[in-house]
Amino acid sequence: MREISFNKFYRKFNILSLVLIVISLIFLIFKGLNYGVDFKGGTLIELRTTDKTNNISLIRDSFNQMNLGDVSVKKFGNETDFIVKFEKQNSNDPEFIKNIQNKLSSSIGDVDFRRVENVGPKVSSELLKSGIIAISLSLAAMLLYIWIRFEWQFSLGAILAIFHDVIITLGIFSIFSLEINLSIVAAVLTIVGYSMNDTVVIFDRVRENLRKFSDIKIFELTNISINETLSRTIITSVTTLLALLSIYLFGGEILKGFSLAMILGVIFGTYSSIYIANPILVALNVSQRTIVKEEKD
Amino acid sequence: MLYFSKLRIISVIVFTIIFSYFAFSNFVKFDDKFFSKNINLGLDLQGGSYLLLEIDNRPVITQKLQAKIIELKRYFKEKQITLKNFSLKGDTILFETTDNEIENVKNILNDKESDVNTYYPTYKSHEFDVLEDGNLFSLDYSRYGLVLLKNSSLDQAIEIVRRRVDEVGTNEPNILKRGNDRILVELPGLDDPNRIKSLLGKTANLTFQFISQNNEESFGTEKLSFEDGSRDAIVSKRIILSGDNLVDAKPTMNSQTNETVVSFSLDRVGAKKFGKATSTGVGKQLAIVLDGKIISAPSVREPIIGGSGQISGDFTFQSATDLALLLRSGALPAPLNIIEERTVGPDLGQDSIDAGILSLFIGFLLVILFMIYKYRAFGLIANLALVSNLFLLIGILTLFEATLTLPGIAGIILTVGMAVDANVLIFERIKEETKNEKNPIIAFDAGYTKSRTTILDANITTLIAAFILFFMGSGPVKGFSVTLGVGILTTLFSVYFIARLLTSLYVVKNKDKEQLL
Repeated sequence: MREISFNKFYRKFNILSLVLIVISLIFLIFKGLNYGVDFKGGTLIELRTTDKTNNISLIRDSFNQMNLGDVSVKKFGNETDFIVKFEKQNSNDPEFIKNIQNKLSSSIGDVDFRRVENVGPKVSSELLKSGIIAISLSLAAMLLYIWIRFEWQFSLGAILAIFHDVIITLGIFSIFSLEINLSIVAAVLTIVGYSMNDTVVIFDRVRENLRKFSDIKIFELTNISINETLSRTIITSVTTLLALLSIYLFGGEILKGFSLAMILGVIFGTYSSIYIANPILVALNVSQRTIVKEEKD
Repeated sequence: MLYFSKLRIISVIVFTIIFSYFAFSNFVKFDDKFFSKNINLGLDLQGGSYLLLEIDNRPVITQKLQAKIIELKRYFKEKQITLKNFSLKGDTILFETTDNEIENVKNILNDKESDVNTYYPTYKSHEFDVLEDGNLFSLDYSRYGLVLLKNSSLDQAIEIVRRRVDEVGTNEPNILKRGNDRILVELPGLDDPNRIKSLLGKTANLTFQFISQNNEESFGTEKLSFEDGSRDAIVSKRIILSGDNLVDAKPTMNSQTNETVVSFSLDRVGAKKFGKATSTGVGKQLAIVLDGKIISAPSVREPIIGGSGQISGDFTFQSATDLALLLRSGALPAPLNIIEERTVGPDLGQDSIDAGILSLFIGFLLVILFMIYKYRAFGLIANLALVSNLFLLIGILTLFEATLTLPGIAGIILTVGMAVDANVLIFERIKEETKNEKNPIIAFDAGYTKSRTTILDANITTLIAAFILFFMGSGPVKGFSVTLGVGILTTLFSVYFIARLLTSLYVVKNKDKEQLL
């Protein structure tokens, strides 16, 4: 296979990544994330109407009359399926959901509540906390693992690549106001694992080549290593994306957010293991001495 | 790396067949229990309700503190030590003593053998922390005192919750402790959780108290309202009888009035108390109070000495049934709040299963076609490994009766996508090796050996993510971590045993061909 000069574009793509990260951070800080009921508390109802003429505004109006706080209504897959979310959660009143259903039936015809989620403020803040802990813990565990397996320059590259992927993925969720719920946390953790996996494969090759060639500069050497592992990188991303795309398209509405986050994560994860992880090795001027010194210790 | 002994080949085949068998046992019915294992479907797939209840321990704490004050008064009176000005400020008991008794009181309260302030050697702590300022003493629950109190109230509550859920008769409910003040209730297959919610939401504290003759509130009486909210009544605080003395309760029809009532029978102590109270109180109104609300207040026409009676009060058959159930199961030690509820209807669950299986099938097909396109014969080998990987994964999940959730299905599909990675790494490495090595057997061997560390590294990172998710995640997300984690193990097995075995057979047979891969 012909060699591609990835290294020519290190600088350009680094600038691009930096811009993307800054934009993502601006959105994350100023706009924030659109937390679902898992993390914000409140009630979620997935309902199916029997009357096809029902539309979002009609349903929103009926809910607004019930004094439930901020109400949001969205289509959910089918013509007749909707997701309704509102602030109020009153699960202690056993009649709460039943009353809503009765009122709704009288205003818009028969409705079937397919799913009800009701999360109190205490639980939602705990779930948010444990989600943040889980993500931080996995980052720390990855850092520890790669620190044991590689030299610190490599660890830094891999961790920055992961941060890059997570920040941009979350940034996209913020920009498009996509909902963050428990399954997104699972997706982010898997992205962390995948991005690491991808970076490790290239780094293993870089290290092997460092041992083999003492006269090639790291700038060239990373390019050789990227090219040598390129077909693997592409094939694995393609098969993973095929599987994820299948979940996104056919796995039902509930898995849409999860699979979208994963798809973004795999794309950015693949990109970052080439364009974030490697330039950092170049910037830190890694050479054969870096690994030989470590191995003597 | 390419050599397989006969024994090894046989054990790989046997191992694969055994686990794959369990994957199929989901679809086939067997009489034998061991052979007809089924994967558990999570609540999001089979439909059902998930309720997280939290005990509100404040009333229990206040009650216990009031009881403690009475105990302290009695105890020190017996010892002829004067304590005065008892009061309860927040959750702190305050009292004063005379100056010359300070040391004495302090010693009694801090004694490891103390009768009024129990010492727990396992926690190295008393039930109460004692502070004194001059002759003013203050007692607070110690950390462990509070933990023990909460644990015992949780133990009681979980027992009552279990009885109530069992009485309703849902299939295989799952009731678990969470921390020291929460109870998790999982009710698979339950479509409408409203009834259970209303049953669990009631403390069911039943008391019988006389309605006071005076129309004004005074010492020893309290104002309670009727259940229907129509009016109030002044009720004597003295409790004639409480729900603890009930041995049975059931809904019946009163043949005279033709209304639904709840009949109850009392234990011996209760029957005695009830008989005594009703014989002195003929003509008075007896209020039947449930959770601070008067259900009804019939007049006592004659002494009730048989130890059984009826509660009337505008019941429908359903509400009488529920009240009887609550009375039979007993009162909760403290009110329970539902702080989280997730209910999935059975038809949505089925839709999720269908969508999950469809996307698994399509994802699988796409990956298989792509691998054949990329690697031809070796794509076929990788695909065979992938198929057996899937069977192994589902087989192991079934064998351990793991719970499969919707995100869990997503985890399986993701495993399908990522599992080929290891074979791809190996095949690509072999391709590189064949450039310099003419002997295919040596090249293949080198390909396997040199890619091994990379593959381990790559899989361990994903395994770490799965582990953390398993311990931190809850419900459906946990199901994802299980399939992802087990998926990595089965992937490694299918790559290093199944695919490698097939590769070695293929390479040895075709070693004279040009360009194998």
